[in-house]
Amino acid sequence: MTSVAISDLSLSFGPVEVLKSLNLEVEEGEFVVLLGPSGCGKSTLLNCIAGLLDVTAGQIFIDGKNVTWEEPKDRGIGMVFQSYALYPQMSVEKNLSFGLRVAGLPKNEIIERVSRAAEILQIEPLLKRKPGALSGGQRQRVAIGRALVRDVNVFLFDEPLSNLDAKLRTDLRVELKRLHQRLGNTMIYVTHDQIEALTLADRIAIMKDGLIQQFDSPSNIYNNPHNRFVAGFIGSPGMNFLQGALVSEAGQWFFNAEGLRVPLSDYRFVHPPQEGQAVEFGLRPEHIVVGDASTTQPVTMQVDTELVEPMGADTVLWTNVAGHALTIRTDSESNVKTGDNINIGFNTARVSIFSENGERV
Amino acid sequence: MDNTLSNTALTEPHGPRPKRLISTRNIVLYGFLIVAALYWLLPLYVMIITSLKGLPEIRMGNVFSPPVEITFAPWAKAWDSACTGLYCEGLKVGFWNSVKILIPSTIISITIASVNGYALSFWRFKGSEIFFTILLFGAFIPYQVMLYPLVIILRELHLFSSLGGVVLIHTIFGMPILTLLFRNYFASVPEELFKAARVDGAGFWRIFLQIMLPMSLPIFVVAIILQVTGIWNDFLFGIIYAGTHNFPMTVQLNNIVNSTQGVKEYNVNMAATLLTGLLPLIVYFISGKLFVRGIAAGAVKG
Repeated sequence: MTSVAISDLSLSFGPVEVLKSLNLEVEEGEFVVLLGPSGCGKSTLLNCIAGLLDVTAGQIFIDGKNVTWEEPKDRGIGMVFQSYALYPQMSVEKNLSFGLRVAGLPKNEIIERVSRAAEILQIEPLLKRKPGALSGGQRQRVAIGRALVRDVNVFLFDEPLSNLDAKLRTDLRVELKRLHQRLGNTMIYVTHDQIEALTLADRIAIMKDGLIQQFDSPSNIYNNPHNRFVAGFIGSPGMNFLQGALVSEAGQWFFNAEGLRVPLSDYRFVHPPQEGQAVEFGLRPEHIVVGDASTTQPVTMQVDTELVEPMGADTVLWTNVAGHALTIRTDSESNVKTGDNINIGFNTARVSIFSENGERV
Repeated sequence: MDNTLSNTALTEPHGPRPKRLISTRNIVLYGFLIVAALYWLLPLYVMIITSLKGLPEIRMGNVFSPPVEITFAPWAKAWDSACTGLYCEGLKVGFWNSVKILIPSTIISITIASVNGYALSFWRFKGSEIFFTILLFGAFIPYQVMLYPLVIILRELHLFSSLGGVVLIHTIFGMPILTLLFRNYFASVPEELFKAARVDGAGFWRIFLQIMLPMSLPIFVVAIILQVTGIWNDFLFGIIYAGTHNFPMTVQLNNIVNSTQGVKEYNVNMAATLLTGLLPLIVYFISGKLFVRGIAAGAVKG
């Protein structure tokens, strides 16, 4: 069943179009992440779903009900913000119960819901404290609790972990995933952190310039990016892109670039290729095999190492092949040094080829 | 080898850098500050000692010498029986008039301005920026231009020469600066807080009263100080709009000091002036720190 449906949603601030006739369907109980660079409209979209921004055109449905004109409180949503947005003068308990008191719920019901949320999030010892006396992680937990007590089907998260330090972010990320497993609510989560997106999401919607570029499972986003933007946005270090053209020879397609010729026997074309078509050849740094093991790969070549960056868990090599820059991610045990000429290999089943307009070929 | 190391450790810089209390820089700095402070305090000193002297002693002309015989009679006269125009009831009448003008003006203007500022920061409507600009523009129009039109308006409202009239005038003239103050303060409140409250179902007034008010105490203190000192020190509006029976303290002070009949009672004049200035002085002494903090918090962001 569809939990949140957005149809032809547009939003303009004066002449600036932030969202352009956007469509999105989120299944019940699904964890959807809206991912994109800053200014792509992902937070704006979330605010539209919450009812904090009036839309210019289009409709929003939550649990089958058209809520386009509804007030935020009537949409059946809870929201968590990046800056926590806790009411500074109220204790944690009062923060949690504020919405319920506004709604005029009976006292025992309020107490029950608050204690249940506090138990789930393990913030019972903090209930009497003011937000100022809490750490960042505790504050964010209270903010999540405030969404929890509302007893709603849809949770909206607006970059909830961005203000936390790296260690805490990882911890809370895992906790959020557990919370989702336990509650089974629909969650829509905005972030610009691709690790958060890949680890948390059932499906990721990659956004750019107010449009969804690809809405897919994390593995499809990573392995089969639909266009050049998605391919370049996901992955760190970013995908290698080589400029060249497609040529065929005796029924076999090749990628041709200056001083480089790669047979594409394993590549599955989405659209029929054309002779001489200008393309970009995308290869993930972690899909390149280095050293002796490279001989087992369908495509092999030799590259010059220009720079070695040891990162602990793995090492990034900045190399050059026939004038093309190539980043390679290899394990930290490899003893490659600057200036070495090394053998590499890869499988063209794992590459992505994009036409000039950015679409996957 | 060991020896040289421990020797250098003693002679070369180590540990916290020593601070010298008496340095040329400090002497110049504090010297200047002390001289400046004395210069500004001198008039106050002269006023206080003069107000405590009897008239014969003043006539001797030693302006800076302390009183030989301390007398509080001038203070009592200034408060109770100095002549202001036709009446000889002292400043106390003006004091209570000032209080009667001050309290409603301060409360009404701050209440309206805080709601204005809150609405202009969080509930933007079409044209709210233009509205704000027009309101601000009001702060730059010279008072003289508006004096006579306001006389006519108050006359038509049957408020001329009444307490209500002068309160209304103070409320109107406080509006631009106070609204700016509150708008800028609320602009520094994270918008997400407002959004969270809306998701929680709170409306215009509930967000204002339960969330914004409790966290804006500093800016209210600043507004109160601005209004209390501003309205207390006002002379122009008081003399024009209040009417003879409601003249505030400043107007009565002028009448005492500038009366041309009889002897010039410098001691009574000084005592009257000090009495009039007492309230703003107290306010500044109590709230100096808060005031600076609030101004810094509210007025920077545009």
